[in-house]
Amino acid sequence: MTSIAATIDRSPTGLAGRQAGLARSTLTVARRALLRYLRTPQLIVLATIQMSLFFLIYRYMFGGAIHVAGMAYVDFLVPGFIATGVLFSGIGTATAMAEDLEQGFIDRLRSLPIPRSSVLAARAIADTAIFAWSTAFTAAIAYAVGFRLHGSAVDGLAAFGLVVAFGFAFEWVFITLGLFAGNAQAAQGMGMIVFPFAFISSAYVPVDSMPSWLQLFAEHQPLTYMVDAVRALTLGPHADALLGHPASYFVVRALLWALAIIAVALPVAVAKYRRG
Amino acid sequence: MTATIEAHGLKKRFGKTTALDGLDLVAESGQVVAVLGPNGAGKTTFVRAVATLLRPDEGTLRVAGHDVRKDPEAVRRVIGLAGQFAAVEPAMTGRENLEMVARLFGQDRRAAKTSAAAVLEQLGLVEAGDRLARTYSGGMRRRLDLGASLVGAPRLLLLDEPTTGLDPRSRLELWDAIRTLVDAGTDVLLTTQYLDEADQLASQIVIIDHGRAVATGTPTDLKRRIGGNVVEIHVRHGEDLANVAELLGRLDHGAAQIDEPTRRVSVRVDAGGDGLMTALRSVQDARVEIEDIALRQPNLDEVFLALTGPPAQGDHTTAPHAA
Repeated sequence: MTSIAATIDRSPTGLAGRQAGLARSTLTVARRALLRYLRTPQLIVLATIQMSLFFLIYRYMFGGAIHVAGMAYVDFLVPGFIATGVLFSGIGTATAMAEDLEQGFIDRLRSLPIPRSSVLAARAIADTAIFAWSTAFTAAIAYAVGFRLHGSAVDGLAAFGLVVAFGFAFEWVFITLGLFAGNAQAAQGMGMIVFPFAFISSAYVPVDSMPSWLQLFAEHQPLTYMVDAVRALTLGPHADALLGHPASYFVVRALLWALAIIAVALPVAVAKYRRG
Repeated sequence: MTATIEAHGLKKRFGKTTALDGLDLVAESGQVVAVLGPNGAGKTTFVRAVATLLRPDEGTLRVAGHDVRKDPEAVRRVIGLAGQFAAVEPAMTGRENLEMVARLFGQDRRAAKTSAAAVLEQLGLVEAGDRLARTYSGGMRRRLDLGASLVGAPRLLLLDEPTTGLDPRSRLELWDAIRTLVDAGTDVLLTTQYLDEADQLASQIVIIDHGRAVATGTPTDLKRRIGGNVVEIHVRHGEDLANVAELLGRLDHGAAQIDEPTRRVSVRVDAGGDGLMTALRSVQDARVEIEDIALRQPNLDEVFLALTGPPAQGDHTTAPHAA
């Protein structure tokens, strides 16, 4: 039986002098999150079925009742649905973060000689990648039930990119939530905060159909800008009539919101992580 | 060789609770130091401070010569942490888990593979190495967790209550694994509530209570500090326990301990054979039927009770990120 000490090279050119840099640490930790996702089929299947079910319910059941001038409801709905996916998948991030804290995984990572920021960056990157994948899948289902791009293909790709960017920004909010929650149940509970943002927005219904006191919130919250930016890019000529501003108006504001969210949430997350 | 751990006057508060209250501890290299104490004594807080997971409020703490406040990175390079909760990724194989940690220690792909293979062999996990960790038994997970703390070839291994919740056989296997590591030259700091674990593994025991060190010494030293021996009587009928306890109590001013499940009564006596003779005689005179009578050294249980008294107030949660 060989001893560890004999096998592992302790010389300065061996492991003792080296240290995992930011890039390697981040990728190594991110890989673990991705593997966990890929190798837990229940997670994937459940999430997919749930998402598809809700989408089809909105599309077919509410689609008949909600009337949006000048377009098919499915075309109106899909950008909204995809955008709110940012929030709902975020709850998963918060929960995963809290679980890692609870189960000692974060302890191990913090006791290792890796840069502090790599752990959070890894979470953000891995979960954004997973989110991008499920967004693409949702778009595919949307296509199957009648959604069509009315703008150019480039605009469509830009819309996708925007959604992913927004997802990355919100990751930091949910990472912070998870760090403060400390355990899975609390994280799920705190996750309920997404509901007002998801529903009191332009995602599922036109804002002017809401009572005036809700309109105030809906009109100015970040998700509405995001949804409308995606709509502007996917609806082409229909968009101007519906939204009243050109695409650039919404895209710029959506990106500003994303930057503001990162600017606030990222430092808070890092500070909380360091403090422990 | 610099001492592996040097702690002086460590203090740490969490809100109103004082977890460490002026803890002093020195662990020389080549030792297994067991920190023994009840729940809330400050053991986990101390290990977390050594692992640089939290900063002490006051006092100094050096690990292998590096100050935990001034140079935590250097400390992290030489330690390996294995906690109460086995922090392995269930959706990765044992090998993948170990390779991941090795990479995080800065090893390149090839070195990581070698380290992982060596650790798997060291810990008897070679067959299970390519199965997902979620298929492992509790004992195997703990061993894998131990393995993850080893791939970096640490100078100091930190084991926080390593056998909590394990079945007896897994405990023994883990103890063997720890002994092998010690033989190969790794220093160990281990916390435990289990007195037999400290007795079995440690070359130095530090008993802590309410955040400070109450007693330090080898297992033999500590047992000798109480002085004297213990007479232990194993009665045949449970009803006689109280009676025998009363009789034996007269030998040591009324301090006989009863263990109902094993039907034993024990009492401390002065060194020498007189205590044994007196006990036997009084039991005979009372016509109590006994299975067995013995004269032995005090065990760590008795040392502990004598030195610390009742457990600390306020049971801290056992979640790793709390105190």
